[in-house]
Amino acid sequence: MNHLLTILVLLPLIGAATTLIYSFTPGARESHHRWIALGFSTLSFLVSLLLIQSASGNIASFRLEENYSWITSIGARFHLGVDGISLWLVLLTTLLMPISILSSWTAITRRQLTYYILMLLLESAMIGVFISLDLLLFYLFFEASLIPMFFLIGIWGGERKIYAAVKFFIYTSVGSLLMLVGIIALYFIHQRATGIATFDYAILVDTLRSGALTISPRAEFWLFLAFAFAFCIKIPLWPLHTWLPDAHTEAPTAGSVILAGILLKMGTYGLLRFNFGLFPNAAKQFAPIMITLAVIGIIYGALVAMVQPDVKRLVAYSSVSHMGFVVLGLFSFTEEGMQGALYQMLTHGVSTGALFLIVGMIYERRHTRMISDFGGLARPMPWFSAFFVIASLSSIGLPFLNGFVGEFLIMMGAWTSTIVRHVWIVTMLAGTGMIWAAVYMLWMLQRVVFGTKTSEANAKLSDLNAREIGLLVPLLVLMFFMGIYPSTFLSRSRASIEAARQRISSPQSGGVNIALTERRGSLREQVHHR
Amino acid sequence: MQSNLLSLIIFAPLLGAAINWFVGRRLRRERFIGIVACASVGVSTIIAFYFAFKSDGALRTMQPVMDHLWTWIQVGAFRADFGLAMDRLSGIYALFVTFVGLLIHIFATGYMRGDDGYYRFFAYLNLFMFAMLTLVLADNFLLMFVGWEGVGLCSYLLIGYYLDRDEAAPAAKKAFIANRVGDWGFVLGIMLVFFFTSSLGKASISFFDKPAYGVASALNTIVAIPSVDPFSWHAIFAGGITSIAVLLFIGATGKSAQIPLFVWLPDAMAGPTPVSALIHAATMVTAGVYMVVRCSAIYTHAPTAMFIIAVIGAVTALFAATIGIAQNDIKKVLAYSTISQLGYMFLACGVGAFVAAIFHVMTHAFFKAQLFLGSGSVITGLHHEQDMRRMGGLRKYMPITWLTMCAGWLAICGVPIFAGFFSKDQILWKTWVAGQFSLPAGFGKVLWFIGAVTALLTAVYMTRLMVMTFGGSERFREHHVEPTVSLHHNEHETNESQIDNSRHSHEPHESPLSMTVPLVVLAVLSTIGGLVGVPYAISSLTGGHPENYFEKTLSPVVSAVPANETAERGGQNEPIWLSPKPEPVDGRPAVAQVGEAPNSATGVETASPQEISQERIFALISIAIALSGIGIGWFMFQAQPLRRMPSLLEHKYYVDEIYDAAIINPIHVASREGLWKIFDLGVIDGLIHSLGKTVVNFGRTFRYMQIGFARGYAAIILAGAIIIIGYFAYNGAHVLRFLMR
Repeated sequence: MNHLLTILVLLPLIGAATTLIYSFTPGARESHHRWIALGFSTLSFLVSLLLIQSASGNIASFRLEENYSWITSIGARFHLGVDGISLWLVLLTTLLMPISILSSWTAITRRQLTYYILMLLLESAMIGVFISLDLLLFYLFFEASLIPMFFLIGIWGGERKIYAAVKFFIYTSVGSLLMLVGIIALYFIHQRATGIATFDYAILVDTLRSGALTISPRAEFWLFLAFAFAFCIKIPLWPLHTWLPDAHTEAPTAGSVILAGILLKMGTYGLLRFNFGLFPNAAKQFAPIMITLAVIGIIYGALVAMVQPDVKRLVAYSSVSHMGFVVLGLFSFTEEGMQGALYQMLTHGVSTGALFLIVGMIYERRHTRMISDFGGLARPMPWFSAFFVIASLSSIGLPFLNGFVGEFLIMMGAWTSTIVRHVWIVTMLAGTGMIWAAVYMLWMLQRVVFGTKTSEANAKLSDLNAREIGLLVPLLVLMFFMGIYPSTFLSRSRASIEAARQRISSPQSGGVNIALTERRGSLREQVHHR
Repeated sequence: MQSNLLSLIIFAPLLGAAINWFVGRRLRRERFIGIVACASVGVSTIIAFYFAFKSDGALRTMQPVMDHLWTWIQVGAFRADFGLAMDRLSGIYALFVTFVGLLIHIFATGYMRGDDGYYRFFAYLNLFMFAMLTLVLADNFLLMFVGWEGVGLCSYLLIGYYLDRDEAAPAAKKAFIANRVGDWGFVLGIMLVFFFTSSLGKASISFFDKPAYGVASALNTIVAIPSVDPFSWHAIFAGGITSIAVLLFIGATGKSAQIPLFVWLPDAMAGPTPVSALIHAATMVTAGVYMVVRCSAIYTHAPTAMFIIAVIGAVTALFAATIGIAQNDIKKVLAYSTISQLGYMFLACGVGAFVAAIFHVMTHAFFKAQLFLGSGSVITGLHHEQDMRRMGGLRKYMPITWLTMCAGWLAICGVPIFAGFFSKDQILWKTWVAGQFSLPAGFGKVLWFIGAVTALLTAVYMTRLMVMTFGGSERFREHHVEPTVSLHHNEHETNESQIDNSRHSHEPHESPLSMTVPLVVLAVLSTIGGLVGVPYAISSLTGGHPENYFEKTLSPVVSAVPANETAERGGQNEPIWLSPKPEPVDGRPAVAQVGEAPNSATGVETASPQEISQERIFALISIAIALSGIGIGWFMFQAQPLRRMPSLLEHKYYVDEIYDAAIINPIHVASREGLWKIFDLGVIDGLIHSLGKTVVNFGRTFRYMQIGFARGYAAIILAGAIIIIGYFAYNGAHVLRFLMR
């Protein structure tokens, strides 16, 4: 069991390799690739469930750590580990992957081999992002996730797929290159101060906390910015969001689900893990700006979502609004706000993932996403409509569905925050996001699902089939469960969140685990020995 | 007292909803669906009555019946349980919600016969009962909010129930959004309750003390605060109790359709009539009143908020009544009447007459449910005709409906003995004698006048409704010849679509038993239901039982405004929500009773003789108002039922149009043209694209260096190498040093 995390990263890769090998066997059929992909992603999900068992408990430290030498000459290590924060994001990833693959079942007809290999590579990279504890390794996975997504959009996308794919790639890679600069700078700073050449996050935090390394405020400012720029593009934080509507809209359904469900969370996860852990002082310094941008994003995203003529684009803009809540919660530096932010990441993944799936299903039938082409779908497609309404309500934040818990906690956290003055104005403005969500979602439902039918083509649509219902039901169950019994999640993330918060409130304490201190000592000896 | 059975009150309807949704959908057998729906509510009703009236039940002791299920959200000091509690207030509410709900469910089995969404309708209706009872029985603010949003959701689903009607979906959306605007205030109010109590060191959002779970009551914490907020506008923004009270009241204006968020309720009539009766008259819309009374401890510390409530309530009451007088759709008249009556309830809350408010909620549930169901009976009898201009003379055809609606009509007009008389009369009387706690001197008289005018108008429009529907000539056979008033110009009107498909090939007929039995029961309740709360001043006249049972039950669990606090009541059986001794407000004496010296004991039982005689005089005035209103209505509309009403009123003061023009359209256009097209696509993407173009152009320029000769490249490589080496030679690790600084 010690290699659980490595197994998790490798499983999709093995799956990709298996698919490739299978394609060379005589008698291989293109329609079998999806089964292999589904099998491996489901297996990954089942394996990842073991994480709950092994990583549960109330301790902030990283669990299931694996730490090997990777590129010895520069001190990069293959260091993996999960805590209460990454645990849930890994599970979200492994849950959404089989669902995405199943949703591509009939939608993807061209180049199936490439498609499913890319999907599996993507899964591997995304899992890697959430469990790497070495900055270089993290960067590698962070960038690696870009490439499959670039091809997914560029090959299987909609009409403007090339534009969207290139925009997505350049936008996000500009950000991550800055982060690479930041990582290298931090590496040298650390080496100079302590004599240890390492990218290891746990060691870096530990040296920072113990006072063995102090980064000058100016350097911290720039380093924070370099990291944050990469993450804020990914989130995306207003006004860096314009890649998102294009990428989400043009991507194939599964691509949109993964983009919204997981890739965006890499941004907020990065802020929470690396920006807060490594640059707590700068984080505090930047909080007013980040909170302002987050609140603008909440309202702006919602207002622009409201006027979209395209259902998929509407859901895409709603992500800007929802992710604004996450940033707001993170930078409130309160337990409620940060717990809520993590919870909102998960709920957004589930409910927006479901919404994209649903939009994909109707697109497959009608080959249009324009709201004006629909209407009165409730009669021909009752199951579809029921799922659509419930997923929308979850996105709106109806209590007892998942969206409410996160947004409520974030608003509570924002209001108790001491990081900016007049927080109540911030909270009240952010709270209007609740109203706007109802406006754009219900207005869309009114024009798509309810009302009288607008065209004959809509009246003949067939309702969801068993496969489609089957892939929505898990998400639906999760929506209710997360809304009614959030303790399952909150209790397991509390300690880690609290540690992250401690790191901000008193940079010299808090942080990761105590056991690391000894490890740092032994590592230093190793280095000297060498 | 703990009892796990209590949760069955809410879960029985939920189970019914699930059965109807999953099984009823397959079976499609109306009998099965109807029995499941009614039985599940029946179970709730029986359990509610059991827990209310058993020997140590909620209404007979001071201890609430509690049921803790699980801890819902716990983060930091914040804790919200899924826990239920039935005390005297929620007990009374649960009683009439379940009972009236049961009657309406029975009525609906007849009304919805033959509708192909039968299972869906009853699943939603049962789900509504679950949400409503959760709202009522919740033991903390956040669970109450769950029910609060839940009833909003069910209201949304049921307003939009008729999928083939164009006006249904926009009306449903409008209702949800208007409610959401209010909910924004409610959520923030809940948060502020939490912060306020945690600043006192007792962080809680619970209504009750739950020592077994380490939860203290937020309301008790607030009650224990000896001083009240000053009466000033600044208090609203101070973040204290007044802010809480105002934010919570914003929630109430949404749910209970008060100015400025009332616009959704008339449109909500697009739903089936039993829905209008259950949700939009008897139960859900009164949730705002319930919440305010539940939080009476907060409001009695926030005179500014109470003043706002009183004024908004009174103005809404008058405003809606004037519109109601000019409507021609029978359900719209009742909808505006509901808004108006809700205004009364808030007026009562605002002047501190919380018990009278709940009393009116209850009697209103009886008579308004009766009137709505009666109108539903008329509508089915006429084959889905809702326009009163095409009714008339129905008394002959629908005698039971007519007779029972008469009871509702007399009750809402405020004719003595009927239920509405006692509750309305008490509100008016309490408004007249309201102390100076929340109202500037003399303001109570102004509000009383508004209330009295509203009472008159109520009698007039209800008489108009009865006359147009049941009296006069039989107009339902005629074809509609009146030049189409521009009434039908917007999508919200419900009539247009029905004009064509109602050919009146059949005569009107009386409704089946499943519909008339609930009508009769509700008519009886509308007639005698008010007798549980007869004030001493009136009951003493008859020499009968001089006990105001309703007030006696409820007053210990609501906070009284400081002016009404009595030493004597404090001595009795230690009420739970007892307010502290009156304190001076802004230097003025807190105790200011009309016609009495300060500091003397007051209260219903111990009122002075002058006061009692004055109250009797006011009761007479109420009767006179009711009778003259009926008289005016009769005189005006008996001969001329189709009398044209002022156009401004017919168009509802153009409120919808104003909202569209002033709020909705500007936001819409600004979002589409300004934010999306100009800022998003123009500015941000424009910047990005020009950045991209610059890079491309750079590349183009540099491309000319690639001339294809090897020596050219060599020269460039050499130059580059020299530059780089030179740079490092001079600067060393300058960049690094910069970062290290």
